[in-house]
Amino acid sequence: MKAAILVFPGSNCDRDLAQAFRAAGAEVQMVWHKDTELPAGTDIVGVPGGFSYGDYLRCGAIAAQSPICKALRTHVERGGYALGVCNGFQVLTETGLLPGALLRNAGLKYICKPVRLGVATADCAFTCAYEQGQQVTYPIAHHDGNYFADPDQLAALWAEDRVAFRYVDNPNGSAADIAGILSANRRVLGMMPHPERAAEPAQGGTDGAAFFRGLLAGVAQSAAPA
Amino acid sequence: MKARVQVMLKNGVLDPQGEAVRHALGTLGFDGVNGVRQGKVIELELAETDESAARASVEAMCRKLLANTVIESYAIEIG
Repeated sequence: MKAAILVFPGSNCDRDLAQAFRAAGAEVQMVWHKDTELPAGTDIVGVPGGFSYGDYLRCGAIAAQSPICKALRTHVERGGYALGVCNGFQVLTETGLLPGALLRNAGLKYICKPVRLGVATADCAFTCAYEQGQQVTYPIAHHDGNYFADPDQLAALWAEDRVAFRYVDNPNGSAADIAGILSANRRVLGMMPHPERAAEPAQGGTDGAAFFRGLLAGVAQSAAPA
Repeated sequence: MKARVQVMLKNGVLDPQGEAVRHALGTLGFDGVNGVRQGKVIELELAETDESAARASVEAMCRKLLANTVIESYAIEIG
């Protein structure tokens, strides 16, 4: 299983994400934003958290125009997997690979704390280690995590079972308590909470370890018939 | 040629920063401010000298990068 972690100027969760993928058994390569191609055989791309380009213009907007994001788009369009966490989620919405946008938190404050999340669907590689309705705790650390989509788009997300995680106590004003959403083909997940920061006991929680183990197994299973 | 782009959150998208500014104005005794919306202005210095060509080019810049049309609207002034 090969994971490629994108690194932008200002990324700060890239190594945490790499560590979580490695611990789950993936072979990980870091990929600089100026690169134009992903490593051959990349199964999943991780778009990490942080403050790419200092959050200039809009969070994730400049990163979304970087050369590696063209390669990411090609990867996703041919059915490849991608996981965007926090700033990575913002990058995925700015590229248009996921619908909606992340606005300033409703309370205007940067929030950094563990939050309870409900697993809204277990029908994807990302959450296949969990049961639907199960609760997990991951940390959040963001200023702009207030998920917005227009009513039609929200209705479509629910109708297509594309909400992966919901906040138990909505910390940031997100529409319909949404913490993470899937693409139409269920192979791209964007989420504000950080599973990679809850993957080892030293981090204060291990709920995220199952996320990465399940993800690798789920991706391997989907790749097997081909 | 100069261009000025004004980017605002669309009507219907909650603007918590504008709301905070409105509250602060009220605290300072400025009564009767019924709403505040906060946006940004981007000034561009363009090599293009033809106004309609400049407008078309800035329009493309807005759609591609300067505004996120999921949540933002934009207005362009040329010259």
